[in-house]
Amino acid sequence: MGSLQSSPSHPDYVDLAEKTGFSLEQISILHKRFKQLSHNEDKLRREHLDQITDLQANPIREQIVEAFFDKRNFYQDIEEPVNEISFENFLEVMSNFRPPSDNLSEEQLVKVRLEKLRFLFNMHDTDKDGTITLEEYRHVVEELLSYYEALENETARGIADAAMLEVASITRGHMEPDEFYEGITFEHFLKLLEGFEIESRMNIRFMNMDTTTLCKLECGK
Amino acid sequence: MAGLGSGTSPRLAGFVSLSLLVFVAVIAASPDPVVGANETLRRPSGDSLEDSHHHPKNSTEHRKAFPVLAFNYEHVSKPFVISLWILLALLMKLGFHIIPRVSHVVPESCLLIFVGLLVGGVIKAMDQTPPVLDTKLFFLYLLPPIILDAGYFLPIRPFTENMGTILVFAVVGTLWNAFFIGGMMFAVCQIEAAQVGHVDLLSCLLFGSIISAVDPVAVLAVFEEIHINELLHILVFGESLLNDAVTVVLYHLFEEFAHEGAVTVGTRCSGWSRFSWSPWGSHGGRHLRRPGSLHVPLYVTLAGYRAPLCLPLQLHGLSLCRGLPSVRDHVFDCMWCNYAALCGSQHLPQVLHHNKVLPEDVEQRQRDTHLHLPGSVDSGGSSQLELDLCHLHTHPLPAVQSAWSHRSDLHHQQIPYYQTYQKRPVHCGLRWLARRYSLLAGFLLTDTEKKDMFLTAIITVIFFTVFVQGMTIRPLVELLAVKKKKESKASINEEIHTQFLDHLLTGIEDICGHYGHHHWKDKLNRFNKTYVKKWLIAGDRSTQPQLISFYNKMEMKEAMMLVESGSAAKLPSLASAASLQNTQQRAPPKRVIPSISKTREQEIRKILRANLQKTRQRLRSYSRHDLFSDPFEDNMSEIRFRKQRVQMERRMSHYLTVPANRQETPSVRKVWFEPEHKVYTYDDSESPRDGAALETPPDSVSLLSESSQRPGQSSTVKKRRRC
Repeated sequence: MGSLQSSPSHPDYVDLAEKTGFSLEQISILHKRFKQLSHNEDKLRREHLDQITDLQANPIREQIVEAFFDKRNFYQDIEEPVNEISFENFLEVMSNFRPPSDNLSEEQLVKVRLEKLRFLFNMHDTDKDGTITLEEYRHVVEELLSYYEALENETARGIADAAMLEVASITRGHMEPDEFYEGITFEHFLKLLEGFEIESRMNIRFMNMDTTTLCKLECGK
Repeated sequence: MAGLGSGTSPRLAGFVSLSLLVFVAVIAASPDPVVGANETLRRPSGDSLEDSHHHPKNSTEHRKAFPVLAFNYEHVSKPFVISLWILLALLMKLGFHIIPRVSHVVPESCLLIFVGLLVGGVIKAMDQTPPVLDTKLFFLYLLPPIILDAGYFLPIRPFTENMGTILVFAVVGTLWNAFFIGGMMFAVCQIEAAQVGHVDLLSCLLFGSIISAVDPVAVLAVFEEIHINELLHILVFGESLLNDAVTVVLYHLFEEFAHEGAVTVGTRCSGWSRFSWSPWGSHGGRHLRRPGSLHVPLYVTLAGYRAPLCLPLQLHGLSLCRGLPSVRDHVFDCMWCNYAALCGSQHLPQVLHHNKVLPEDVEQRQRDTHLHLPGSVDSGGSSQLELDLCHLHTHPLPAVQSAWSHRSDLHHQQIPYYQTYQKRPVHCGLRWLARRYSLLAGFLLTDTEKKDMFLTAIITVIFFTVFVQGMTIRPLVELLAVKKKKESKASINEEIHTQFLDHLLTGIEDICGHYGHHHWKDKLNRFNKTYVKKWLIAGDRSTQPQLISFYNKMEMKEAMMLVESGSAAKLPSLASAASLQNTQQRAPPKRVIPSISKTREQEIRKILRANLQKTRQRLRSYSRHDLFSDPFEDNMSEIRFRKQRVQMERRMSHYLTVPANRQETPSVRKVWFEPEHKVYTYDDSESPRDGAALETPPDSVSLLSESSQRPGQSSTVKKRRRC
């Protein structure tokens, strides 16, 4: 799917549409954006994403960028460290943010929810070992709080600690003295965010993308 | 308002209320007393008041002997009557809340209307003219606090997220309502049988525009009581806020058309332009909450910060003194009040209580005043027809609206739209009615008969909706099993993830190049943070991110619980339980969180944070490569102490680990859990300098051991403490 084409080629798009669930129109818009970001190359690299000015102000931009290059988010198994992604991978990552369609059954909704939560979990779990350790969680909180300057480090750590404790209390409840809590596993993560309606919150309306902004960015770059 | 039930016995209070009610009715209806010595009524309650007013005047004005008591009703009538009304309102509220059975069945508004009717009846029976609510009085004095109250309590996040839907309901829905009702009424009036063929289209449209905006105060009250789910609540709430603008503009539009006599293209265009601008004006004010306002926080920082009691007055003063001139377009007023309210609410928690009480009184006053309408209850026939019409039209429209908005809903929440439709504010509330009534008081119909007819119709609609629908809303809600709000536990994880998601979605939108909802929200937030907050909020609160405030609130809450879980005698142990090195005796923190002084709050926060810090310092010194080497231990003279500490560290739950490495005992965190989720940050690191100054260790020990369920650990705790 890396072949450069000036006009959308429908067979490819249809393929992608089936895999990721986007509509053809959305795929073509996203493809335009992909080409814009990657300067018409086939593959997108990290530095392409770093060039987005708006993203620089985002406190968690590292994790966002990393999420695009995280092989756990791709459908196929890619072994080597991922330094550049194709459009297909781009779409795969984006598909996590697709709002669930209206006619989904109950278990499909649960599946969607699981996928989104899995994506979030992967974002937190930077060393890819399957658990979110205290350090990683602290990192998250610190980044969130780095948005606001003039902050003491202790506060961030305190918050992260408290958060971990909460997780522990929710998932493990009363713990024996000899146990210790290694980190948040995916199941714990699910339990933690049980009340969090992520399937309705973690969505972006891809349909409403206006091409004027795309043009502006193109000229601006 | 409801916190009063426990003091007096219900019967006594009820009796007092009733007697006072009768008094008030009699007083309000009393004919003008003569200035001077003639006494017409015995009013023990009013005497002292009159006396003080009267004394300066009495010397020159009568020939009789110096009167002990005299009435000077004219002199004090206006404020006196107003105060009486407010007093009456308060009493009724008190009485109402004391009798729970009634309040469960009948919403407050019904009861208050009933009372108003009673008083009005009494007044009429005495052949007096009841006070009439005129437009100016209403719009300038009564309305601003109400709007202030509404804007203040607006939950901003759900509001902005559902803005599209709310706007659909408010603007499109109201427009449709107005035109449909007007049109249908006109059509009906053409029917010969009703004998109202003289009503022209414009009057009907005017009437329609007045009736059309719904304001479900009663419904909202019930919603709040039963904690209905957020989406429904915010839809109803938001719509009630925004549709006023639409209706007011429509009304004035039609009014102007009525004046001009002929509807030209020019007037139509100007009407539409004005109209299209107004909703933005109205809700633009509301939208400005996040960036803060210009004036209110200034007050806060400069003056009110030291005198929190002033704040409510300032806010109300602001809402009343609108610098914007136009009386025609009351949207300005609405906007301004909302503006002030929303901005103020970010910074003024104390205003909450005050704000709640005052507008409710105001509302009640309006109800009562309104209902003393002398007999325009004549032309019953046509008004019945109109009533039916009003209720006919409401049903297809909300269904359509709900379906459409459900599709375009930002959240795709799974509430079946029929439920939304059913709960829709086809109920007209009293705030609305007062507004309508005052508009009608200036109703520019040449024909008095028509005016009376319309007035009757409006009153009938009001009665119907308030009584019938107000009483049925609660059973209906329960019948349809509308989703209630989830009891959120204020989980810090959810808060973290909410913020995380915000940033994540913003980032993804940036990557897509899509300037969507999150993008603009983020931009607004940044603007707010860098420019507005810095200048407008005093001290370090300006830089305090939401997560921190949330966390601090949680800490405070837990500290409170900590304190309360121990007995009252152990209050000073808050400090000691939290941080063992705290030596000074602190005053017990107050129970109510908002009333904690800032310094106290700082203290507590510092304590808690310092405690965490200490633990963390401990962490650093206790890195994963050191086997039980503790720099503190070297300084400790007592071996027993050291041993116990080591034991403690090993045996207490090691909930958190920094390394994944399990070979050492990674006791990175001495946190002790209670099943009730009370987290005691147990600071283990009694540094040697504290050894001498340990204060009330028995307190903390017993505190901890009381609720502890691990005998092993508690005993070690005790042992530790004895050093």
